[in-house]
Amino acid sequence: MKILVCISHVPDTTSKINFTEGDSKFDTNGVQFVINPNDEFGLTRAMWFKEKQGASVDVVSVGGAETEPTLRKALAIGADAAIRVNTIPTDGFSTAKQLAKVVENGSYDLVIAGRESIDYNGGMVPGMVAALTKANFVNNCIGLDVEGTNVTVSREIDGGKEIVSTSFPLIIGGQKGIVEESDLRIPNMRGIMMARKKPLTIVDPIDTSAGTVSIKFEKPEAKGAVTLVSPDNIDELVSLLHNEAKVI
Amino acid sequence: MSVLVYTESEQGKFKKVALEVASYAKAVATQLGTTVTAIVINAKDSSELGNYGVDKVLQVSNPLLENFNANAYASVIKQAAEKENAKVVIVSSSINSKYLAPLLAVGLNAGYTSNVVEAPTSTSPFTVKRTAFSSKAFEVSQLNTEIKLIGVSKNSFGVFENSVDVSDEDFLPSVPDFGVTVKSVDKATDKVTIADAEIVVSGGRGLKSPENWGIIEELAEVLGAATACSKPVSDLGWRPHSEHVGQTGKPVASNLYIAIGISGAIQHLAGINASKVKVVINTDPEAPFFKAADYGVVGDAFEVVPKFIEKLKAFKAQQ
Ligand SMILES: Cc1cc2nc3c(=O)[nH]c(=O)nc-3n(C[C@H](O)[C@H](O)[C@H](O)COP(=O)(O)OP(=O)(O)OC[C@H]3O[C@@H](n4cnc5c(N)ncnc54)[C@H](O)[C@@H]3O)c2cc1C
Ligand SMILES: Nc1ncnc2c1ncn2[C@@H]1O[C@H](COP(=O)(O)O)[C@@H](O)[C@H]1O
Repeated sequence: MKILVCISHVPDTTSKINFTEGDSKFDTNGVQFVINPNDEFGLTRAMWFKEKQGASVDVVSVGGAETEPTLRKALAIGADAAIRVNTIPTDGFSTAKQLAKVVENGSYDLVIAGRESIDYNGGMVPGMVAALTKANFVNNCIGLDVEGTNVTVSREIDGGKEIVSTSFPLIIGGQKGIVEESDLRIPNMRGIMMARKKPLTIVDPIDTSAGTVSIKFEKPEAKGAVTLVSPDNIDELVSLLHNEAKVI
Repeated sequence: MSVLVYTESEQGKFKKVALEVASYAKAVATQLGTTVTAIVINAKDSSELGNYGVDKVLQVSNPLLENFNANAYASVIKQAAEKENAKVVIVSSSINSKYLAPLLAVGLNAGYTSNVVEAPTSTSPFTVKRTAFSSKAFEVSQLNTEIKLIGVSKNSFGVFENSVDVSDEDFLPSVPDFGVTVKSVDKATDKVTIADAEIVVSGGRGLKSPENWGIIEELAEVLGAATACSKPVSDLGWRPHSEHVGQTGKPVASNLYIAIGISGAIQHLAGINASKVKVVINTDPEAPFFKAADYGVVGDAFEVVPKFIEKLKAFKAQQ
């Protein structure tokens, strides 16, 4: 089984979000970048397939040289090889087209991506890759098992979950549940040393057109002060929610 | 040239998001000087849509489409868009619509923006505002493709009545291979889901143990609310993962969000900030949640919540 894990290089969840160049660009000053959490769950599940079922695991990121430490981290966690498509992503559609090319060239059986990236929150790249490569697609994946050519996936739905069956080639939009938080791995020294020797191939981007153009960013308006209610006066809370906020 | 909107239904009834996206489609159609066509899959009574500005309904009745399948539904919507020569297609941000939208975007070769919170600020160039960075920011985005696909955020644009005469037409699209087959569904039908809820009651580590969740459930029941929790609570196995909300869990965009024993970490707030009114109940006046909330009670959940339940019951009895 050949697995490709898509890695989006995103600001750490604790990052302050600021913009530069007339609010048109994300300000990376002082920001730590990490593997997108949803992708880390997927990568960890891929490691399980590698160790238990002999799968090979490549990772890919579409991005500039700044994404390489993030790819090296994925190699230190245990991926076999990394690919970086050398272009700065502009929108989900063009990113998906770049990834689709990598998927086709590598004839992967299984592509694991995240349900959504925590920076752009597009929630679109995995589905688009599936449609572009004519692969099956399961989103909101919270469990993934492979037996021969049969793939069983648990998928989160509103108010519950469903079990679906499908086959390769397959693209997954993963999230927590595909593995548990406690299954996540912190790279050890040996992993980090080995990662330095593993291949990180830089490939040239293909020509694509973007579907959307980001014009500028805005920050939400600052919030007014909280109205405190005494614990001895909960009647007032009920009345505020009814008369002032009009939500009950 | 009409604007096409996918109005979701469940067991033949339109979801609330269907009325919200219909209202949104009407606003776009008005800007463009055109009409709204809704694509409806296995919901009989489409007259309700006429109240929200839908001029024409394409009715698909097909037992094969009884259960949601992203591939098949995306293909049906694509065929509807082609039939109507729609240049703007609108879907919601429900779990299912977010599943099918990228497939539809590729099918129509359409630019796609998800999480859109307002009517377009301009239709030429087509410009929309969406949330990004888990609601820590907004992004203004332009769609320059011939066909545009818009995913509308829940509870952001609103539902607007706009009564028009609606005409129905049977539509018989072809149904492609599913690719993915549902084997079993495990779904609590008696509970309000976080996605649909107007009110969400959420508990954190401050509740100390899973046995103490009775007050959260009772409060939710009195309010007709969904229950949710912070990430550590689900990681500890106190509550199911499906209740985990925040940046790495489910997003919440309810009218009212009540946080009990939750500190208000940045990752938690990021995911729930789109809620309109926030209430926090916490023993620690320094908890960061007080900076994000509209109303707050500094107090012990085990005293405050039972009182809150009692007062709410009295209030509901008077209504
Ligand atoms: C990559 C990453 C992603 C994350 N994503 C998420 C996410 O999506 N969602 C999320 O929730 N968290 C997320 N977190 C975790 C987050 O950083 C916090 O650790 C978490 O939100 C804290 O949960 P809590 O508020 O329940 O617990 P705590 O921080 O322990 O807070 C408990 C609160 O309860 C109060 N309390 C104690 N006793 C009482 C009482 N009797 N009555 C009332 N109040 C009481 C305390 O004063 C305290 O404020 C993420 C973290 C990381 C690193
Ligand atoms: N630049 C990128 N490089 C590699 N994978 C990506 C990139 N952007 C997005 N992805 C993948 O697509 C998923 C969803 O991203 P998005 O559509 O931006 O929300 C992410 O979790 C990644 O798995």
